[in-house]
Amino acid sequence: MAYAAGVDVGSTQTKAIVLNERRQIVGRALIDTGANVVHAAENAYVRALQDGNIREEEVEFVVGTGYGRYKVTFGDTQITEISCHARGGVHLFPETQTVVDMGGQDTKAIRVSPAGEILDFCMNDKCAAGTGRFLGAAANALGIGLSELGPTALRAEKPVKISTTCTVFAESEVVAWLGKGKKVEDILLGVHQSIVSRSLGLMRRVGIEPQVTFTGGVARNQAVVEVLQKELGFAVNVSEESHYMGAIGAGLFAMDHILASRVPVEAPRPEVVR
Amino acid sequence: MTYTAGIDIGSTYVKAVIADESGRVIGRALVKTGFRLAEAADRALALAIESSGIQSAELAYVATTGFGRFLYPARDLNATDLTAAAAGVRYLFPETQTILDVGGQTMKATRLTERGEVKSFRLNDKCAAGTGAFLEKTARYLGFTTEEIGPLAATSKEPVPISGVCAVFAESEVINHLSQGSSPADIMHGSIVSLVDRSVQLMKRVQMEPEFTLIGGILRFDTMARVIREKLGTEVNVPPREEVQYVAALGAALLAHRRMRKLALEASQLEQARA
Repeated sequence: MAYAAGVDVGSTQTKAIVLNERRQIVGRALIDTGANVVHAAENAYVRALQDGNIREEEVEFVVGTGYGRYKVTFGDTQITEISCHARGGVHLFPETQTVVDMGGQDTKAIRVSPAGEILDFCMNDKCAAGTGRFLGAAANALGIGLSELGPTALRAEKPVKISTTCTVFAESEVVAWLGKGKKVEDILLGVHQSIVSRSLGLMRRVGIEPQVTFTGGVARNQAVVEVLQKELGFAVNVSEESHYMGAIGAGLFAMDHILASRVPVEAPRPEVVR
Repeated sequence: MTYTAGIDIGSTYVKAVIADESGRVIGRALVKTGFRLAEAADRALALAIESSGIQSAELAYVATTGFGRFLYPARDLNATDLTAAAAGVRYLFPETQTILDVGGQTMKATRLTERGEVKSFRLNDKCAAGTGAFLEKTARYLGFTTEEIGPLAATSKEPVPISGVCAVFAESEVINHLSQGSSPADIMHGSIVSLVDRSVQLMKRVQMEPEFTLIGGILRFDTMARVIREKLGTEVNVPPREEVQYVAALGAALLAHRRMRKLALEASQLEQARA
């Protein structure tokens, strides 16, 4: 049995996935990227191998993706995270036409063909507003953990309207609302609505066609999912694996490569017509 | 002799200035704004009067400016920050045609008319990458405080190119540069260069013309003025250090004098007409 691996080095977290020939996940790992990107890539990969109880030599092909994909020094090739999220999204939800990936520093809207090819995409490349970092800034200002953000926001009754665009200023705005006596949950729901409305802007630029598959670390946040569904008017696909989608896509590409290079040697060569 | 006061009610500090008829500053004070703006303004004004040595009864006119200008009931006049700053800058540097004001959360470029009025302006308050907050963030990523930015950048030999599109993205950029062995001083210098590039873009949009005058809290970092001089290839006026924060307050006090002169003129014309 051969294995393939995908390593997704994101701005905030690094994810590694090991797949078997049936394209099933057999090992995974997720760690904070931190300052040493090369180290993070290695670390995540080693842990994913340990998780699946797989020896390094059993892995035939490794694909690096994410903003730090060129730091995956042991990778055999690199593929952009846009291709990987599209591939992963369509693999898990074959009816997908639009993939929305919300990560730590960027948000992407990707239109995909049924074969998982990219038709169009749009991303925030100049500004961190509308990305996971906006939520991180709010969590920081309110002194609560990232995983509590969603559940807290869902308790809101009267969401506050967040007016700042910039993530840096959002932190001051959150503090200002607290100073004015607003409830934490109301402020947070406002923050969630703000990032959803920004990502909807991106999605509209590529055209929103159902089904929509939501990937990236932010997809774990239930409040973002609910606000997004409410704004779209229909349910979106969210997998348990949404956070690993880039790595899964990379692993799938790696497995494609392994299987494609396994053309039987004895296969008859096509006849050359003279 | 008549005296006027200008009070600049900013989001962080209230600055008050007492000026005589010639525009000379005879008293000034600065207090933290806090939550009660009118009280802070009263306190700043009382301190400024005290430092000037005049009696409060001698104060003829009070003008306010800054974001809290409407929240001080005892004012006789209020002016926008841009108008007040323009008046203050023109008094200090009469040949000024373009003003660049860089604060913690805003960047403003103002083009003046021959008479020193605001002709056009552009401001950035939506994105931290074009404001002092960008430098603060970069300093924090590097492990330095805001006050250390100036001394740190001063030791740099060669700025590292920083794209400066987003204060959040700058974090990854700073980390990359650090891991590639760039010095914190060069990275800091590079972010100042990137901020200056953005300020030049803003000034271009108001059709900048020399002379240039630079104001705002960013002047605490000498490197900023130096880099702007280099980029523009021309001299840039910078107010004396002790007056930097009071430019808008001074402008408000000057506008108060101007208003009084106008009122006096109108009154005398009315007298003449009656006679």
